[in-house]
Amino acid sequence: MSFIVDYYNYWIVVFLMMAGFYIVISANNLVKKIVGLNIFQTSVFMMYISIGKVQGGSAPIVADGITSYSNPLPHVLILTAIVVGVATTAVGLALVVRIKRAYGTVEENEFEDKDALI
Amino acid sequence: MFEQHFPVLPIVLPLIAAPLCMLLGRSQLAWLLATIVSGISFCIAVSLLMVTLDQGVLSYALGGWEPPWGIEMRLDVANALILSVVTGISTLVLVYAKDSIATEIPQSQHTLFYTAHLLCLTGLSGILTTGDAFNLFVFLEISSLATYTLVSLASDRRALTAAFRYLVMGTIGATFILIGVGMMYMKTGTLNMLDLAARIGEFEYNRTLNTGLAFILVGVSIKLALFPLHMWLPPAYTHAPSAVSAFLASTATKVAVYVMIRFIFTIYGAEYVFYSMGMDVILLVLAIVAIFNCSFVATVQSNVKTMLAYSSVAQIGYMILGISLVTTAGLMAGLLHIFNHALMKGALFMAVGAVFMRTGSADIKAFRGLGKTMPWTMAAFTIAGLSIIGVPLTAGFVSKWYLVTAALEQQHWMIAFLVLIGSLLAIVYIGRILEAAYFKDPVQSASDKTIKEAPLMMLVPMWILAVANIYFGIDTSLSVTAADAAANWLFEPSAQAVFQSASQSASELGAAR
Repeated sequence: MSFIVDYYNYWIVVFLMMAGFYIVISANNLVKKIVGLNIFQTSVFMMYISIGKVQGGSAPIVADGITSYSNPLPHVLILTAIVVGVATTAVGLALVVRIKRAYGTVEENEFEDKDALI
Repeated sequence: MFEQHFPVLPIVLPLIAAPLCMLLGRSQLAWLLATIVSGISFCIAVSLLMVTLDQGVLSYALGGWEPPWGIEMRLDVANALILSVVTGISTLVLVYAKDSIATEIPQSQHTLFYTAHLLCLTGLSGILTTGDAFNLFVFLEISSLATYTLVSLASDRRALTAAFRYLVMGTIGATFILIGVGMMYMKTGTLNMLDLAARIGEFEYNRTLNTGLAFILVGVSIKLALFPLHMWLPPAYTHAPSAVSAFLASTATKVAVYVMIRFIFTIYGAEYVFYSMGMDVILLVLAIVAIFNCSFVATVQSNVKTMLAYSSVAQIGYMILGISLVTTAGLMAGLLHIFNHALMKGALFMAVGAVFMRTGSADIKAFRGLGKTMPWTMAAFTIAGLSIIGVPLTAGFVSKWYLVTAALEQQHWMIAFLVLIGSLLAIVYIGRILEAAYFKDPVQSASDKTIKEAPLMMLVPMWILAVANIYFGIDTSLSVTAADAAANWLFEPSAQAVFQSASQSASELGAAR
């Protein structure tokens, strides 16, 4: 039991990761795929933030009387990864807009049918 | 004085030039700027290769922050060699692109093409030069995002769905790499590659590190289109504009192979990956299945671009095969094939692009009789095709020769035999096109439009690559020396021990923290 409770943040990471991954694979709607991709990436951000926590450490701001700080580096890394994630989402959604214009649908099985006619 | 900044310039120059291309707004000006910047990067990359062949390693502390705290740009023979190839191909493709994209991409989007191309070059150079695992992920995503844009620029609507599929697969791959890097950081507390290598060496067997390695290898395998994870590649290369296919096929997946080599040999160490985890068997099997399955699928394609894309996946199999032999000779053959394959696939895709421009189709039927109407294009295609097959006096022969020798060195008769059978399949798929071009009569098109030879601006880069295929098949001194030095360097842990003292001081700091 303590295995679950002590590491609850990692269990959330695992759940979100698998949920996101499942949506990416199973969703037929392209916008839903992008949402799944976002959930998948967010789980990794949470994993990084969990790594940075030091037991009993305070926020990494230098102050008198504090000796133990949490590690700020994972936060910085994940700030970069969030930017990457936002850029990916933007490119993905832009593609969805153009696919909608070209095919008139964002359902994967429908535009595959339309291509088969060519 | 200025030369000390050379390691970072192939990243910084295209990065600065990319938005400038956009601001220039005129297609011609943007083309000129992009080509010049890419050409300068190529010159710098070649000079860096010469320096690294001479002195070994070049280290550059970005922003003056000393590694392992700051981001280090680190060049050795292995990445300087691939950097020269990538920047060189980029320059040739840009020269080629001017006329090629004129027919394939709407006029208003030409500057966007050059911008995205330069951003992609930035990312690829960054992946190659960086000595920091997280930085590598960031550059990987810069290049990938630019790639998705490049693929989607084609006027064919199927390019959009191909780009979207590529985006989904690519992002999953990149996120897997991010997870793996996170796990390495969790255990070691560092991101600098050599520092990581030193600290991972202290662990005999560790579950976190193993999981990290698994995530990284799967992620990189998606990016390099290793056999079961390659499904994004054929549609993307088929529907992308020809210039983009030529650039991506000869650089993007090769850089991903480099990333795999870097993670396996520099960071984890061949011993950890191959002897403790037994990855060599998995890679070996996947590589051989890739060679056979994809060569076979290539033989039945009617679209020549799709055929070349499947052939690319098969050729990646040869590179991975070289790595999975776990010998210096095997790794050297793999690196050599990265170099040679860039030359042949670049030339092949350029030739197909020229055919597409003149006939409006990349279907095998469009190739009928082109031996007469487009003799120069088809001659270049033939040379590069022979190189893919591995005919003596071409570059492809050299790398296959070293691959077979490396397999025989370890008494793997079966593998050597399978490599040769793989070449036979290449004869089939290249042969079909040569047959159509030289032995069939031209199709009688409804319009009276006669098919002309491709413009000179497209023929010149195509022929530079075709001649390079022959040159590096006869005079192998540069490519083989560099690949050999790189393989030895990657395999020799003592060469990396120079960094030991610095990483020790970092460990002390880590302990104090």
